[in-house]
Amino acid sequence: MNANGKLRMGVYWASSCGGCDISLLEIGDKILDLAQIADILFWPCVADFKYADVAGYLDGYLDLCFFNGGIRNSEQEQVVRLLRNKSRTLIAYGTCAADGGIPALANLYSSEEIFEASYHENPSIDNEAGVEPQPEVETAIGTLEIPRFYPAVLKLRDVVEVDYVIPGCPPQADDVWETIAALASGAVPVHAGDARIGCNNRSVCDECKREKREVKIKELHRHHEFRPEPGWCLLEQGLLCMGSATRGGCGALCPKVGMRCEGCYGPPPGATDQGASIMGALGALLDAGTEARAQEMVAEIADPTGTFYRFSLASSRLRVSSDRGGRR
Amino acid sequence: MDATELRVEPALDTQTAWEPRIVGFLCLWCSYTGADNAGTARMKYAPNVDIVKVMCSGRIDPDLILTAFAKGADGVMVLGCHVGDCHYISGNHKTMVRMPLLRRVLEDFGIEPERFRHEWVSAAEGEKFSRLVSEMTEQVRELGPLDWKARLKECTGENLGPWGGEHP
Repeated sequence: MNANGKLRMGVYWASSCGGCDISLLEIGDKILDLAQIADILFWPCVADFKYADVAGYLDGYLDLCFFNGGIRNSEQEQVVRLLRNKSRTLIAYGTCAADGGIPALANLYSSEEIFEASYHENPSIDNEAGVEPQPEVETAIGTLEIPRFYPAVLKLRDVVEVDYVIPGCPPQADDVWETIAALASGAVPVHAGDARIGCNNRSVCDECKREKREVKIKELHRHHEFRPEPGWCLLEQGLLCMGSATRGGCGALCPKVGMRCEGCYGPPPGATDQGASIMGALGALLDAGTEARAQEMVAEIADPTGTFYRFSLASSRLRVSSDRGGRR
Repeated sequence: MDATELRVEPALDTQTAWEPRIVGFLCLWCSYTGADNAGTARMKYAPNVDIVKVMCSGRIDPDLILTAFAKGADGVMVLGCHVGDCHYISGNHKTMVRMPLLRRVLEDFGIEPERFRHEWVSAAEGEKFSRLVSEMTEQVRELGPLDWKARLKECTGENLGPWGGEHP
């Protein structure tokens, strides 16, 4: 803590979309309270800090560090190791840092396939010379280096020890503020393994107010072809809602407005593999009757892997390294 | 024949001799009894399947199968009662949906379809059991080791790049 009694706080953004940085601002007018209780000592998104500034701090100098995003390249790994040493409490903030998030879906492809798509194939690419970024380039002024691309997206816990995990894409603002306030008050431990906070120990289904009629699913639907009946469980109506296989804490925001849960809070308490959880649930819920119909219903699901592991591939059992190139 | 000629076979090299390691989840009432049937009838089949007896194929969480692959299995078999024969009436109706679902996911993960087999084996089908085990073993032998543990190293940060383990 600073001499003025304020928390020393850092925020960093690695392999993620940047929405987590924005979600910190979603605390609204509490941002003024935040300025009352914390000094920002590192937050590249909002102010001009250099890595050298952080490297100059004493170890454990930052009281609190919100790290969002997974680890995809050597620069991100370097920064997270640096911040781990400089932070008393390191928080894996948001689903990318917690479970890999959307970027981890790239683990279904090899590095070559990813480069092929990003630098050659995509329709908007204009790269006639076929140039790809090289980690090292010899130039007249010497060797230039850029960060190395890793074969897989890693969650934060794969690289460093994490004190808290706040899941969510993005985490809910109220929970974020409560967390900051709790840590500022000194009422909670500064290290807590990788305990999940800002969420609860139930599933999204538990928080969802929609009526469960205890019926099995006759037919599967997708949002663009189907208007669900208000007030009735979306999964029972045939939308692949991930609520039963997702940790609660958001207040069932999506099902509340008629959208299926996409699973952004990660695996439910007691489960490691979110995809296995939903596959287990669907086995009990699909009303197939015959084996032929079961296979038909399964074949109708568009992109099961992307649906079941949308946010948590980096914390799944198999994780799927890119090396062999799983999916084409 | 000279006695020395009997000893031409080299000692088994444990480093290079690879045998497929397959995990088989078998329901107690039909498939495990079917395997027993194969045993009591002294049928010959490959010794490569490690059998895990479960009360019902409907109890086989996809997580168990994923865990088996993650921990080094080269293949996984799931055997249960034929649809309609479940001791618990509808246990295998759940299996019947879960396994094709899991098969699609495993394909996306880059696990060859031949490494995962889901079949129905009744208590009387010892012959089918021994045939499936031998078929599966040969299929997996042709594919070679899966070695998911090596792949996991990449995805758990065990062998990272230039900054691995170092404080910059």
